[in-house]
Amino acid sequence: MSHHIIELRSVSFDYPDGTRALQDVSFRIVHGEAVGLVGPNGAGKTTLIMHLNGQLLPRSGEILIGEVPLTKKTRQDIRRSVGVVLQNPDDQLFMPTVYEDVAFGPTNLGLPAEVVRERVRQALEEVGCAGVEARPPHRLSGGQKKAVAIAGVIAMKPDVLVMDEPSANLDPGSRRHLINILKGFTHSRIIASHDLDLILEVCRRCIVIHEGRVVADGKSEEILLDERLMRECDLELPVSVQFSRKTGG
Amino acid sequence: MSFDSEFFNIGYLDTLAYRDTLVHRIDARTKLFVTGLFIISVVSFPAHELAGLVPYFIYPVFLLAAGDIPLKAILKKVLLVSPFVIFVGIFNPLFDRHVVMSLGGIDISGGWVSFASIMLKFVLTVSSALLLIATTSFVGICEGLGRMKVPDVFVTQLLFLYRYLFVLLEEAFRMVRAREARSFGRKGYGVKPFISLISVLMVRTFQRAERVYGAMVSRGFSGKITLHRTGRIGASDLAFGTVFTVLFLLLRYYDITGAVGRIVTGGVR
Repeated sequence: MSHHIIELRSVSFDYPDGTRALQDVSFRIVHGEAVGLVGPNGAGKTTLIMHLNGQLLPRSGEILIGEVPLTKKTRQDIRRSVGVVLQNPDDQLFMPTVYEDVAFGPTNLGLPAEVVRERVRQALEEVGCAGVEARPPHRLSGGQKKAVAIAGVIAMKPDVLVMDEPSANLDPGSRRHLINILKGFTHSRIIASHDLDLILEVCRRCIVIHEGRVVADGKSEEILLDERLMRECDLELPVSVQFSRKTGG
Repeated sequence: MSFDSEFFNIGYLDTLAYRDTLVHRIDARTKLFVTGLFIISVVSFPAHELAGLVPYFIYPVFLLAAGDIPLKAILKKVLLVSPFVIFVGIFNPLFDRHVVMSLGGIDISGGWVSFASIMLKFVLTVSSALLLIATTSFVGICEGLGRMKVPDVFVTQLLFLYRYLFVLLEEAFRMVRAREARSFGRKGYGVKPFISLISVLMVRTFQRAERVYGAMVSRGFSGKITLHRTGRIGASDLAFGTVFTVLFLLLRYYDITGAVGRIVTGGVR
């Protein structure tokens, strides 16, 4: 049974105060796919992400991870296969040192100490952060914090990687580093972002959410280059595309 | 992190903990035990004790010297807390005017003596606690507490306190700066803006707590935080523990200062 497949079947959700957040959202993501999730502020991206590992449960509709329906009972197990990287690394790095933080997930999986150590080493190396193990998180740069937060998730070896605004608050150098990391992964990936250039570069497929609904789902090059659709969703063409169109390239 | 270096400098003690000296290498549990015993024996002296307390300075001085910790760093922090203690003891001289001794013709009342005793105890205990952090690191101490079978709930609380102190203070400073930028000297500094500032900070803290908890359960948290504990108690730890335990007990139960005084004055005679 593969856990790499995520399927949403007409998922709806509203918050206790009555705010409609998701309406009839359906899509299916298969093994190894990288999918961009775009939409304006308040479109429901973060709410959707919180559904993918059961932090929120749909009011109606159904979520399948692998073949397993996501419920209160199964969500503990599903969290092993769906790794979520939050937008703000300060929310995610809660342990006193980098090593302890990256080791947090693997330790909770009940792995023996040597395996944990190896996983931490590997994960930090993969994100280019080997050597900061002993440092407390408040002594890392923004880019390092982000990278370590990702390491903390991939150390659990999830089948699916879900990220909320991975490039937010990063300087161009750190952003480039991050994009290279993301391109190197072979997990199924769901990346929510306003950084349309990042999506265009990393994800072959793209889903557009507007006011809680899926309004487009298809190839990134087609969707993100659709000027009318982008404008309707309070988005715009990726900067690289704008630039090449302007210069006639 | 700007406030960290400029305002409070809370993290500075921790950076000292990365040094590698004899004292730094000693197991956290041993240092915790010795420092705890030190504090208990200092505090257990009667209210008017002065002479018996002085020899206890050997412990902080030892940590300071052997741990290669700059004296200024510790003194500054001791001074920072001192007003609180001064207020605790400042009324003693007013209440207790009974003359207990006379130094060079000046009568000294029991109140002044007990005030001095409070200050001595304060300097001894606070400086040794600060030195414990400076030679062990906050995390090291938490780890030690965990291994000494202190309940996980307390250790986890301490760890989170330390981790999010920085985040929360930064958030507070950002808000204060934002208020400053739009209050033009006078307005905006009243009680009302302050109350809303504090309440927004509280709401934000709750929201953050929710997000942090979300991040924790996402990574398989189920109620217990495991620290990766290393190191065991070796010969040097035992030696350190034994020497200071014996010393503190001796100082507590025998009047060493008096004995030394008698030997010295006896020799003079």
